[in-house]
Amino acid sequence: MNVLAPRRLGLFLLLAPAVLWLALLILLPHVEVGLLSLRERVGPGEFATSFKQYLTFFDEPLYWHTFVRTALMSVIVTVLALLLAFPVAWSIAKVARGRVRAMLMAGILLPFWASELVRMLGWLILLRGSGVIPQLLFWLGFTAEPVELLYHDATILVGLVYSSLLFMLVPLINALETLDDSLIEAAYDLGGNRLDILRRIVVPHAAPGIAAGCIMVFMLTLGNYLTPVILGGKNSMWFTEQIYTQFITRFNWEQGSAFAFLLLGLSSLLVWLGLKLTGQRFADSMRRT
Amino acid sequence: MIPSLPDNRWLLRGRSLYLAAFFLFLLLPLSVVAVFAFNNSLFPTPPWKGFTLDWFVANAGGRTGLLFDSELLASIWNSCKVAFWVSLISVLLGTSNAFLLERAEFRGKGLFTTLMLVPLVIPGVILGISILAFASQIANFLYDSWEIELEWLRPGLPLVVMGQVSYIITIATLTIAARLKRFDTSLEEAALNLGASRWAILRTITLPYLKPAIIGSGAVAFLLSFENFNTTLMLVGSDNPLTILMYGRMREGASPVLNAVSLALMLVSALAVVLLYLRKPQQAGDN
Repeated sequence: MNVLAPRRLGLFLLLAPAVLWLALLILLPHVEVGLLSLRERVGPGEFATSFKQYLTFFDEPLYWHTFVRTALMSVIVTVLALLLAFPVAWSIAKVARGRVRAMLMAGILLPFWASELVRMLGWLILLRGSGVIPQLLFWLGFTAEPVELLYHDATILVGLVYSSLLFMLVPLINALETLDDSLIEAAYDLGGNRLDILRRIVVPHAAPGIAAGCIMVFMLTLGNYLTPVILGGKNSMWFTEQIYTQFITRFNWEQGSAFAFLLLGLSSLLVWLGLKLTGQRFADSMRRT
Repeated sequence: MIPSLPDNRWLLRGRSLYLAAFFLFLLLPLSVVAVFAFNNSLFPTPPWKGFTLDWFVANAGGRTGLLFDSELLASIWNSCKVAFWVSLISVLLGTSNAFLLERAEFRGKGLFTTLMLVPLVIPGVILGISILAFASQIANFLYDSWEIELEWLRPGLPLVVMGQVSYIITIATLTIAARLKRFDTSLEEAALNLGASRWAILRTITLPYLKPAIIGSGAVAFLLSFENFNTTLMLVGSDNPLTILMYGRMREGASPVLNAVSLALMLVSALAVVLLYLRKPQQAGDN
């Protein structure tokens, strides 16, 4: 037991702001959204408890199509980000040393400390019909006229992968750094080939980092709003956009709350599944990132 | 694989090529933003029409540079105000939470520890709308019952501050708690043996030790707040912070003044990266 553990008054003073924060900004607001989602407007200023908002979600194909689409695309983004980031994380954690390593780290951190708006502006300038890449393709003769590269699903995927790479790279680098090189050398000396080493030594060791990275990327992608809206325009069909529309544009808070709860449910479910499958504890992997 | 093992030359080349392509992909969008801030044209698109500083300093001829765009400057000021309050609140609560996590023993500590991490897994859009709904509910209730109108519970900058601190506190807490965990408590015990009061120990030993983490998390909180978009979008009133204004203008069709302000933002974040990470490489993982 720590001799300097806070005494009763100190404990109260430390606990009070934390409880206020969690209660007023996290718990109660979500209870409020939960209650909102379970009521229905029956007349001016009159409400009744009902599941109508959730039923509307299942009745209206547009809504649940958007929901499923958002979930599937987030899974694709997570897999792509993992595949793209792993070799880079390996190079930074295991190969690069000294200045090169510092420069590579700066190279991955810089885009992510620049605002998401800045990154999207960059993609807009690169991809739109009058932008850099279509003009370049046209000038080189690959296309007969400048093509519009925005508003495609592939564009949204590229943008989302781009936005999420850092959250994959950092946990992967942290996990790979702690892998002792001598284990790899031993495996090599004992005749293991690359695939064996990767499958039986590297991946099991890095599993917590892989899990943490995938969970972070999946959550952030699912909850992303700016990237799909800017790069996908009207075709983006992203679920957060539906929530925004219901809340801010249509002022239908009941419906918007139901959507928010569905998204929160999906997000929590997949986080839980991810942790369950890899045998991780929530607190441990959040701290790792 | 690793440098101590023999490797095929082609594989090594392939890896270098892949790294080069990867970093090109990462840095290309930022580079075009920077380059087109200096294009002498009304639109941030090719062709290149020559170098100009108009998008920073012009105030005539249909061009308003960054330094004279009063709407843009006002939004930057709004963002600064919000970020100031967010970092102040986050650092204060982050420090007290760190002591709770690392020093205190109380019933329900496990639950508290888990609950504290929850804001990180809630999508920003949902944090925003839940706080919007809750604040409006309270405001409506106060007005209906006693005709008290609390302006700060309606969409606007105070609500934006609340929305942002709801999850930035967690990040500050994790950073400061990580440093407090590494603290050698025998220093405090020695001071206690030598007759120092608990308050004196906190002020002269523990807090100075935590100072790097406190300053670091304050800076991170400031940047996160400045750049936040999702939560802010749901809670914003008539005063736009920078990200919301930029979003509105990007939808209307960007003018190169956005490139100019983006370049300024990038320089600030590059500075932050250098100060926060590269001076102390062992902290590069703190996110």
